[in-house]
Parts: sequence; C-alpha cells; structure tokens
Amino acid sequence: MADVKKFLYVNRKAPYGTIYAWESLEVVLIGAAFDQDVALAFIDDGVYQLVKGQDTKEIGMKNFSPTYSALGDYDINKIYVEKESLEARGLTIDDLQHLVWEDEDEDWAEKDSIKVVTASEMAEIMDQSEVVLSF
Amino acid sequence: MATIEVNGKQLEVDEEGYLADLNDWEPAVAEVMSKAEDAELTDAHWEVINFLREYYEEYQIAPAVRVLTKAIGKKLGKDKGNSKYLYELFPYGPGKQACKYAGLPKPTGCV
Repeated sequence: MADVKKFLYVNRKAPYGTIYAWESLEVVLIGAAFDQDVALAFIDDGVYQLVKGQDTKEIGMKNFSPTYSALGDYDINKIYVEKESLEARGLTIDDLQHLVWEDEDEDWAEKDSIKVVTASEMAEIMDQSEVVLSF
Repeated sequence: MATIEVNGKQLEVDEEGYLADLNDWEPAVAEVMSKAEDAELTDAHWEVINFLREYYEEYQIAPAVRVLTKAIGKKLGKDKGNSKYLYELFPYGPGKQACKYAGLPKPTGCV
C-alpha cells in the first residue's frame, strides 16, 4: 500500500491522575484498524504505564494495564522504552509487563514487543517517523 | 436512562442498548436482548459470547472485529475464525451485536 505512514505514539505521563495514557491507548487501538505502520514510545513517567502488577483499587480507577497485552493481537509490536527514563526511576525491563506478539510468518512464534533504547536511539526513531503523536 | 427487564430486575442500558454496568450481566441478559432483536441463541452463539467475556476479562477491552476473528480462529478452529461464519451468527456485526449480548461496551473504535 502506497499510503502507509510511520506513526509514533509518544507516551510521557504516568498512567493515572490524567486521562492521557488511556486516551493514547484507545487512539492506538482505534488507529490500528487503518493498517498503518505503528510504533509506541514510552519516555519519562510514561514508562510507568508498562509496569507490571498495577493495582488501582484504592484510587477508584479502572486498571487498564492488561490492555497493553492485547497490542500484539492488533499487530502492534514495536514498543520502545527509553533506557534513561527507566534508570532515573530505578526500574529495569524486568519491572515491565512482558509484552509479546506472534509472528504469522514463523508459525506464530512468540516474540518480544518491548525494546529498551537509549535517548539517542529514541531521537533517531522519532526522526524517522512521519507522524508523531504526543500524549 | 433506558432499562431492560431481566428476571424481574430493571437493568440500565445506554441509548444503543448496551448494558451500563458490566457487572449486571447474566446469561438471561443475552436471552432478553436477542429476543428483542428476533434472534435465537444457539450453542454457536454462546461460544462467541463466552469468548468475548473471557477476552474482556483478560484484556479489559472488547476486541476489534479483525482481532476477534483471528482470536476465534486460533481458539475455536479455522472454520470459525472467518467473518462469514461470524456474520452469519451475528448479522448486525459480530463486534456490535455479540458484545452487546455479552454485556460488554461497544468495541473500541466501533461507530
């Protein structure tokens, strides 16, 4: 298809307290119907969106973190997390959900969706994207 | 808000007939809704409804039709994982109609 564009959704905010994280996820899922080349970036407090074991009972909000596991079903498998943002918060990739996608071309082999990248690699990814949406 | 009557209880629904509260759901809800649309629920329908409820339980969203089709194919077999089969069961659209019977919100991105 000639009109496929490279989309990058940039998530910079903590999952709760504002509606940005959930809105971003909804836009990503809706946008997935349009067969674009989609990637997600998690930077700054945005990295908290992917932390596993979230429990929102006490704040009375819906815990939407299980929805990130559905991204693979929507053929979204490029999820970039900034290394510096993780380190500044004392987190490693092991603190994040294990997100996978299934490769149809390799007999549905499960592959990791999350890739930790440095700030300069992230800048490169942004540079190469045609549409960058910030949340 | 509009309501539907299920087993003597009044349950709130939105303007398109979707349950306002997911927790109100019981199998009788699907029976009442389908009767109102002159549809009869067979085991094949229930297979999809139950699948959607499990999907929602796990991922907290109602899947897009494309995703539903693929996931059904993987879980229930290739002969069921195609839109022809699903549209025959749910002529108003497997996303919209089956999600409604399952007590889920309208699929994200569905208009």
